[in-house]
Amino acid sequence: MNLVWIICKKELKSYFASPIAYGLMAFFALIFGYFFYAAVAIFVVRGTEMQMMGRSMPMDLNEWVVRPVMMNVSVIGLFIIPMITMRLFAEEKKTGTIELLATCPVTDLQIILGKWLAAVLLYAAILGISAFDLAILFLYGKPDGMPILISYFGLLLQGSCLLAVGAFISNCTRNQIIAGAGTFVVCLLLWVLDWVAAYDTSTTGKIISYLSVTGHFENFAKGVLDSKDVVYYLSLIFLGLFLTTRSMESLRWRA
Amino acid sequence: MIKVDGLTKRYARNIAVDNISFEVEKGQIVGFLGPNGAGKTTTMRVLTCFLPPTSGRASVAGFDVFDQPIEVKRRIGYLPETPPLYPEMEVKEYVRYVGQLKGVPNSELDAKVNEACERCNVADVKDKLIAKLSKGYRQRVGLASSIIHNPDVLILDEPTAGLDPEQRKETLSLIRGLAGSHTIILSTHILPEVEQTCQRVIIISKGKLVATDTMENLNSRLRGAEMVAVELEPRGGDLAKETVQQRLEQVSGVSRVLFKEARGPRLFFEVESLQGRSIRADLARSIVSADWNLLELHAAGLSLEEIFLQLTGAEKAAPGGSK
Repeated sequence: MNLVWIICKKELKSYFASPIAYGLMAFFALIFGYFFYAAVAIFVVRGTEMQMMGRSMPMDLNEWVVRPVMMNVSVIGLFIIPMITMRLFAEEKKTGTIELLATCPVTDLQIILGKWLAAVLLYAAILGISAFDLAILFLYGKPDGMPILISYFGLLLQGSCLLAVGAFISNCTRNQIIAGAGTFVVCLLLWVLDWVAAYDTSTTGKIISYLSVTGHFENFAKGVLDSKDVVYYLSLIFLGLFLTTRSMESLRWRA
Repeated sequence: MIKVDGLTKRYARNIAVDNISFEVEKGQIVGFLGPNGAGKTTTMRVLTCFLPPTSGRASVAGFDVFDQPIEVKRRIGYLPETPPLYPEMEVKEYVRYVGQLKGVPNSELDAKVNEACERCNVADVKDKLIAKLSKGYRQRVGLASSIIHNPDVLILDEPTAGLDPEQRKETLSLIRGLAGSHTIILSTHILPEVEQTCQRVIIISKGKLVATDTMENLNSRLRGAEMVAVELEPRGGDLAKETVQQRLEQVSGVSRVLFKEARGPRLFFEVESLQGRSIRADLARSIVSADWNLLELHAAGLSLEEIFLQLTGAEKAAPGGSK
């Protein structure tokens, strides 16, 4: 465990020693700011419309602002994650530093967990930027705090499992571009699988849409913590990390 | 300390290491010699548990590299051919990180980092980014990080590659200084380095073990027949090369005289002695007494290629003779 943390700290430092971390944070702040502004603007316009029509339907900040914005973030994440994971292993394989890790008294699992944890922490830090925007809601309104926390938890879970998948793909190649592009394609696929549900209601359709990463986020966005979604994410994390350990091992046998 | 028994490593299409066996005792410095692509790096990678062997066994300090890799890794310091450095880290940060990975306890960490940096002469660049260091410094940083946990066995893959002669000398004396408390295997394809540093050599070629012997034995075996290069000119007038050749062949102990070339009046010869005979003095006397000008006479060094040719040839003539 101690070794995992040592590797994790080093990886985090590497992220912040290069422009990657700052670039991604800036990118996320910009995009999230835009979506947040748009959602709030719609909320305000709708609110005044309703008042003018004399119907005073109670409008919920959570439902009108937090939920759509969080759904957006779960998609933005698909673009950020490949950039976080692409260097994880590919870079070390290219520069040969993987030889250092592989010849230190550290198990493959410790290396993988350390690197993955660093990626998760970076992703959490990036998500954390959005809290500044959401804090504004608390300044001017009274949104419910618990659902927001739950949706953050969901975002982190979703991110963690895609980061695990990304780590696996990065471990399969020594080329960062291929690792990034491959992860992006897989992330995109896992997102659009959900669309099948719109026209195919057969069992196959259900199974396919069940596999979608974003589909499982909907409940979290509503502030609902459903164990079946948590189980889905946890099992995908497990699968990703498991495949990474296998790939790490096969590296030795093939090398 | 290190025991390799019938080690074979096969890649998809070729055999990198073919049935190699050797042993290294505690405290020795062993030179691992071979031309490029001989399988030096592969053998070292097996010893450091980076690659599993296809067949055969290898153990370090009594631990098998395949069954107990963690124990082996704890006792090994390894410097690959290109030091595995993270350019974005500072030197002391990097050495510290490696120390942590190698399991140096936190309480001793700072002292060990300082000690390793001092020993490898990188204390003056401790606060610099690795990206800003020259090749020689990087090599030494790599070395510092490989000795941080005071390993029983040090495995150095071409530690002097790409260094200038001054740095090379320093690195070698550094390695000699590490001997005694550490068992060291260093690979190289530069013969004089081995002569200066190592007590034993293991020579491999094309994945096969060619010779393993102490330095002195190997030297006498290789230098059994002396090669002497001779340059001379007549004192006025002409001189037929056949005359000289005949005269030189009559010197006692000479087995062969080769005419190399003639540059104006100057003639160049290469003279080979019989096994175990020193002929330089007799040659000089003979030439001078024939009233020729002796311009140059020196023992011609054997290039590594020649040694390999000799060794592989000798092995074929007497299989297993040196094992």
